[in-house]
Amino acid sequence: MTETGVNPFPQSESEVIVRFESVGMRYGRGPEILKDVSFQLDRGSFTFLTGPSGAGKTSLLRLIHMAHKASRGVIEHFGHDTAALHRKELPDLRRRVGVVFQDFRMLNHLSVFENIALPLRVAGQKRSDYAEDVAELVNWVGLAHHMDSLPATLSGGEQQRVAIARAVVNQPELLIADEPTGNVDPDMARRLLRLFVELNRLGTTVLIATHDLTLVRALDAPVMSLADGRLTYRERAA
Amino acid sequence: MSDETPDIPQPPPGGNSPLLPPDSGRDRPLFAVAAILVFLACLAALGARGAWTSSERWMSDLEGSLTVQVRPVDGRSAEDDARLAAELIQDLPGIASATPRDRAASEALLEPWFGTSGLPADLPVPLLIDVQLAEPELVDTAAIASALDNAGIMADVDDHGRWASAVARASQLARLLALGLLALILGAAAAVIAFAARASLAARQDVADALHIVGATDGYIAGLFERRFFSLGLKAGLAGAGFAALIAILVAVGGSNADALYFLPELIFAPFEIAALLAAPLIAGLVAALSARLAVEEELRKRW
Repeated sequence: MTETGVNPFPQSESEVIVRFESVGMRYGRGPEILKDVSFQLDRGSFTFLTGPSGAGKTSLLRLIHMAHKASRGVIEHFGHDTAALHRKELPDLRRRVGVVFQDFRMLNHLSVFENIALPLRVAGQKRSDYAEDVAELVNWVGLAHHMDSLPATLSGGEQQRVAIARAVVNQPELLIADEPTGNVDPDMARRLLRLFVELNRLGTTVLIATHDLTLVRALDAPVMSLADGRLTYRERAA
Repeated sequence: MSDETPDIPQPPPGGNSPLLPPDSGRDRPLFAVAAILVFLACLAALGARGAWTSSERWMSDLEGSLTVQVRPVDGRSAEDDARLAAELIQDLPGIASATPRDRAASEALLEPWFGTSGLPADLPVPLLIDVQLAEPELVDTAAIASALDNAGIMADVDDHGRWASAVARASQLARLLALGLLALILGAAAAVIAFAARASLAARQDVADALHIVGATDGYIAGLFERRFFSLGLKAGLAGAGFAALIAILVAVGGSNADALYFLPELIFAPFEIAALLAAPLIAGLVAALSARLAVEEELRKRW
């Protein structure tokens, strides 16, 4: 899907998409989940985030897609310190980040087509303006025959593809995916990985959180690893 | 994956589905409560209006008339004195009419205390003159008393001032009570809707989360709940106002001749009341929408 013209938001000139500096995070008054996390995601990069269950991967992703505030440290999205932004400015930044959740977060009363079109609809675009682009995207993820289906009638892999299509429909600058292959068989996992690679080739910065080392070893991509809330190392998997 | 279907499919026809899923089962009790509150609010509004018009009527009745009491004097005919007094009063400025009442009228007024057997014929009884005022501001009670005194008539002039102030206080209290009750019911309706909106948001947290993720603003999400609750408030308002209209018609028709209702605020059915009943559903919808929006925005602000 190229040059669909469906993204109304200007692309950032910043070469650093996300930057964390000594970031700590806790839920309420609980223990610190993330400790002194520092890293940056450069434009056009493809990065894995690994770590055992409970290491803080999902919490780190929540910070990246601005669903939670850091307890300390500095987080910059597209060159903006998010702690300094007004609440009303956050939705515009969120629209530049596509998110694929492990549990998909579909709206089960909406069709596949409408779920995928959701970011465009929320951005105020008319259905007539985006309908053909969305149909093309549905076709691209191989779900053309499920355009009118409800998510509950799809398999896990199909729902995963709907979630991915929704995440990229407005051509986000950053795509993050939380365990995107956790619910699919190895063959589908490889196909989804190819999809992420193709999106990256088209210019989208990609961050994939997974504990599937087979997936990580399939690409020569940088790996950030979390253990006990700390980003312990960063290297290429291969 | 794009090689699975070579031809680009056409998008499905039709419009967008509502972003909030149907919630009729959860909304039914709220609809009933809202309809009852609108019904009570309509009755309170009609009662307030009734109290207003009743008090105006009471004040008009009191301020538009005088009562002159002609005391019997030995050696004089009380009836003649009353007739003479009425003629004298009739000629004074601002007086519309002065009608002397006979002894029978006075006895009728005393009947609740002395019974129906009548008073002894030799018992002196004051006679009353019912004075209607054309222009109350021109009437001088001292001049009336002076004119009667000059004619040798023993009389007391009662301008109802003592009663008028008491009635004014009572009617003002009735108005305030009715308006206060209306405000309380509207407040209760707003609180119930706000509570329901918070519950609805909690039940639809998945929708709110999904919308936040794709970049929806708080206002966009709150707007979804605002529209849903406006619709619910409007429908509940129609039901409540319709039932209140039915009650108002029944009371207006059935209670119009009941003298006992004189001192009660009456439910009347006039253009103002019809307009109020027609506006009630819209007001209910707006109150519901505003309550829901404020509640949802407040809830969303607690999250990032």
